[in-house]
Amino acid sequence: MKHRPVLDVSELPTYAFGARSPMWWGTLGFCVLEGTGFALAAGAYLYLAFLNPQWPLSAPPPDLIWSSLVTVVLIVSIIPNYLSKKFAEKEDLPRVQVYLIVVLAFGLAAIGLRFLEFGGLHVKWDQNAYGSLLWALLGLHTVHIITDVVDTIVLTVLMFTRHAHGKRFSDVGDNAFYWNFVVLSWLPIYALLYWGPRL
Amino acid sequence: MSEAYAAPDPKELRDHQVDGPELTTRLARTWGTKRGLIGALSTVDHKIIGRRYIVTAFLFLFLGGLAAAAMRLQLARPESRLIGPDLYNQLFTMHGTTMMFLFAVPVMEAFAVYLVPLMLGTRNIAFPRLNAFSYYVYVFGGLMIWVAFMLNIGADVGWFAYVPLSGPEFSPGKRADIWAQMITFTEVSALAVAVEIVVTVPKQRAPGMTLDRIPLFVWSVFVTSFLIIFAMPAVMLASTFLILDRLIGTHIFNPAEGGDALLWQHLFWFFGHPEVYIIFLPATGMVSAIITTFSRRKTFGYLALVLSLIATGFLSFGLWVHHMFTTGLPQLGASFFTASSMMIAIPNGIQIFCWIATLWDGRPVFRTPLLFVLGFFFIFVAGGLSGIMLASVPLDTQVHDTYFVVAHFHYVLIGGAVFPLLGAVYYWYPKIVGRLMDERIGRWHFWLAFVGFNLAFFPMHITGLMGMPRRVYTYQHEMGWDNLNLLSSVGALVFFLSFVVFLWNVITSARKGAVAGDNPWQAGTLEWATSSPPPPQNFDRIPVVTNREPLWAERETLSVAAGLSVDNRELIVSTVSEARADLRESSPEPSVWPFIAAVATGITFIGSIFTPWAAVWGSLIVGVTLIAWFWPKGAKEDEK
Ligand code: HEM
Ligand SMILES: [Cu+2]
Repeated sequence: MKHRPVLDVSELPTYAFGARSPMWWGTLGFCVLEGTGFALAAGAYLYLAFLNPQWPLSAPPPDLIWSSLVTVVLIVSIIPNYLSKKFAEKEDLPRVQVYLIVVLAFGLAAIGLRFLEFGGLHVKWDQNAYGSLLWALLGLHTVHIITDVVDTIVLTVLMFTRHAHGKRFSDVGDNAFYWNFVVLSWLPIYALLYWGPRL
Repeated sequence: MSEAYAAPDPKELRDHQVDGPELTTRLARTWGTKRGLIGALSTVDHKIIGRRYIVTAFLFLFLGGLAAAAMRLQLARPESRLIGPDLYNQLFTMHGTTMMFLFAVPVMEAFAVYLVPLMLGTRNIAFPRLNAFSYYVYVFGGLMIWVAFMLNIGADVGWFAYVPLSGPEFSPGKRADIWAQMITFTEVSALAVAVEIVVTVPKQRAPGMTLDRIPLFVWSVFVTSFLIIFAMPAVMLASTFLILDRLIGTHIFNPAEGGDALLWQHLFWFFGHPEVYIIFLPATGMVSAIITTFSRRKTFGYLALVLSLIATGFLSFGLWVHHMFTTGLPQLGASFFTASSMMIAIPNGIQIFCWIATLWDGRPVFRTPLLFVLGFFFIFVAGGLSGIMLASVPLDTQVHDTYFVVAHFHYVLIGGAVFPLLGAVYYWYPKIVGRLMDERIGRWHFWLAFVGFNLAFFPMHITGLMGMPRRVYTYQHEMGWDNLNLLSSVGALVFFLSFVVFLWNVITSARKGAVAGDNPWQAGTLEWATSSPPPPQNFDRIPVVTNREPLWAERETLSVAAGLSVDNRELIVSTVSEARADLRESSPEPSVWPFIAAVATGITFIGSIFTPWAAVWGSLIVGVTLIAWFWPKGAKEDEK
């Protein structure tokens, strides 16, 4: 077949931010499927809660202190996270570097607190179904925090190398997007696991 | 925004500066796959991966078919001693599991991986390295369960693995663990492909391919990908819960400690019912493509077909409970689900109406692909009728777990998916291989398959109504089921024979078939605008679309875009609804790391059947491989 050029794309940019970039859509896709996983796991928890006359089964509700600290750290981390994204869009490398490190510090703090949180559950995973689901939901979310922190470490290191230009700035934005998902998905889980039994 | 951003590099060669054969060879060099083993393992070309995917899925069909043959051999006569109950349990489990998880879903995704970028007029799928990774993960999952079967630790708990039967108490040993890990494997792979498609379709369409110009096959796999994204996490969660119960002593499904066995069924069927549509919807896309091309006219009711696809997608989630009518749910709930089970007949009916109208109004050419579509009509409608019977609670209670159900779902699955799929192979084979399949052998294939299939599965309706339960390894002569079973077995044999004919056709046509040329069927969609088989870059210049069937609108010259880099893997990213060209993005280079990451994932999953610590150490290794994968080593944009 012969070709008839009717469109010139040579002046188009080679990357963009947010919903213009395929990576943003990919991140959204993974957030949706993981969010579905969270919702179903929470559904399983509620299902058993309604099925059992007593819930939580023979265990006091889990301690509030560490989980609440995790929650505070995660919520506050949204700020440096937002700033990393904003300065990435301005392609302001020094500030992006600073805020990525701050985000990372929050992430590591959240992981540390999370391990303390496991200590305050008052129930083991192999004690009864309540313990099993409590550990499973918390474990599921912890995996997400760890994944994103590792991701952030790699990205931060990248931003200190010669690769720190162009599309990488857009990656910083998508990393922030995913972190927001990790934070937001935690809030209903926190309410369910820690405030549900206290109602 | 910043200046550096769009500034074209003066040294960079663009495709409006070269033309003809020189452009083709240069682009092929840029987009090509290296020779040798490392090259083969690091390829990110969606066509190479898609082709492997298709072949692998058909290999699993063959293995699943062997298991079916063994079962039919055993059931041919009453009180046969060929196969004992233990092996029979493994056989139907391996058959169901292989067909559903390793053949039917993967084969549809495989066609999507191959075809979607070509139909959209782009150069690769979104996230090509993830695509390579998903393929290898799928292969390892399938290998694991079949190797386990050969080692006599194959799964034996049914493809739905109901607890408590599959739980630690009733299934000691490793069989159920291997089943559960295989599930997790294949779901990882299916989900990754779904995300690739969900991004490729809205973002990588050729400029001008607005939403109402997307080919129907692409629409169908697009909707299917959403179903996968919402349904597969349920079965992944279920299989993870199962292995936790078995391995580290959680009690999620254990009623004695506050868990619940029905929770398994809810999670499983929340996935399992949409699963049927995950298999069926892409098949409808294949049917639409074939009917349109062979009727030589535009599809009747394009919008109605798209809306039916979407409606079916939504409804498929309302229905899982109909698999649980006999578990004693509240009455009102059951009626609701009966109603919605029947409601899904409406979009199905609309689709069938549109197809028939297209054929009616066109000048149909009865080549083999269309024959398989006609076979699909016949079988699928019959399966739909027995399905409406099953959707009524009293009848379902009666024939639950009899061969009536086995007959019904084979009518739906084989009629609804395998027949369109075979048609699709005949239809797209010339594009993939460059030669046409033999028409005469194709007709033999079709008739043997059609007759064999009905001979094998129609009698099962009757044996089922006569009370023959499914999943039994034998039956007694006194029941009066002998002749019907013998008939089924003979039919199954004929059906297998048809696949031998098919295989023969596939193999011999690759060397001796008539050379296809770009567009042997005079079809209208973009995959036919490039050579057969397509070059590594798919298109020398990206088409600009002004019509739903661009090749029918522009027979001689194709409107194209110019200005992409020749030495860099650039493709056009477009806007979501209007498909305006928006970016020239670089597509990833080949890399061996997705393969290594898949190996590491495999070792992790298999290890964790034996010790939970494998998950911890394995994740570390997987993490390292992922970092290597994402590290932009040698990225061309950094070399400037
Ligand atoms: C090649 C021809 C096939 C034959 C002769 C065949 C035969 C059978 C038979 C006899 C059973 C019942 C086993 C029992 O309950 O004792 C069965 C079960 C089943 N078949 Fe097929 N089948 C074929 C193809 C397929 C295909 C293509 C699919 C899916 C795409 C499929 C999916 C299933 C499933 C899901 C089950 C249920 C397994 C279980 O109960 O665990 N079959 N098949
Ligand atoms: Cu169903």
